[in-house]
Amino acid sequence: MKSLADLEAIRARTLENINMRKDEDAARVVIGMATCGIAAGARPVMLAFMDEIKKRNLQHVTVSQTGCIGMCRYEPMLDVILPGQEKVTYIHVKPEMVPRIVSEHIVNGNPVVEYTIGAAKD
Amino acid sequence: MRDLSLHLLDLAQNSITAGASLVTVRISVDEAGMLTMVLEDNGKGMSPELLERVTSPFATTRTTRKVGLGIPMMKENAEKAGGSFNLESEVGKGTVLTAVMDTRNIDCLPLGDLSGTLLSLMLTNPLFPDFLFTGKTPKGECSFDTREVRKVLGSDIPFNEPSVAGWLKEALEEEIQPIFGGVLI
Repeated sequence: MKSLADLEAIRARTLENINMRKDEDAARVVIGMATCGIAAGARPVMLAFMDEIKKRNLQHVTVSQTGCIGMCRYEPMLDVILPGQEKVTYIHVKPEMVPRIVSEHIVNGNPVVEYTIGAAKD
Repeated sequence: MRDLSLHLLDLAQNSITAGASLVTVRISVDEAGMLTMVLEDNGKGMSPELLERVTSPFATTRTTRKVGLGIPMMKENAEKAGGSFNLESEVGKGTVLTAVMDTRNIDCLPLGDLSGTLLSLMLTNPLFPDFLFTGKTPKGECSFDTREVRKVLGSDIPFNEPSVAGWLKEALEEEIQPIFGGVLI
């Protein structure tokens, strides 16, 4: 296994960050990961979010999963919920779309309208 | 489902929903190319009645709809690849799912992104439960135990902290790729 000593250093750094953070100003990304979401490709999308968050060192974003949202034909689907705002639902999300969602929506507050469920044509 | 790892990601969710504190995944490939995947949990288990009908696409525990495709699709994919599918469960003790596939069979699913699947499981269940993975192929053995990670990291830091997630990703790839990357046998 990779060096557990690295992990101890990570623990010390992370504890500081966690203590400084307040939950109410966290942005949330909720990905549908039931059978339908997984079959449609939710796993690489989730991993792309984690990569992008790490790359930009965003401290106020949590990524979590949920079950089947009920519109399996739009999978992979995810919700972005910024504090104090209505949730925005993205559909047919591919890993390539993730950097734009993170930079334009989560960081700058402007939803990527063309990827949202409101822009669906069927 | 396009590959076995995606099945694993899907089926492990059942164990988590069953309240397991430890989810064990064992994947082994023997010299003849038979692949065995065992998913074992210490969750609440299933009654004999539920166990009997759970491989039907029309059995599910959710209340929103009447279909549940995860287990039936795994069963079909195992059986059409010259293998078998078996579920054992006891209320209060847990469930053991075993899927066997012949990797030389043309209908056998590829293994897929195994380390990515394990990482996804850890990141989406950042504090609970624990996961134990062991793998064995003719190339060697590998294992990954989140209980060991938590011993160093402490139980208060979730796995989806970006720096922890980065460490997990590298650690999983380092451990699993040499054994399961490339051709299996």
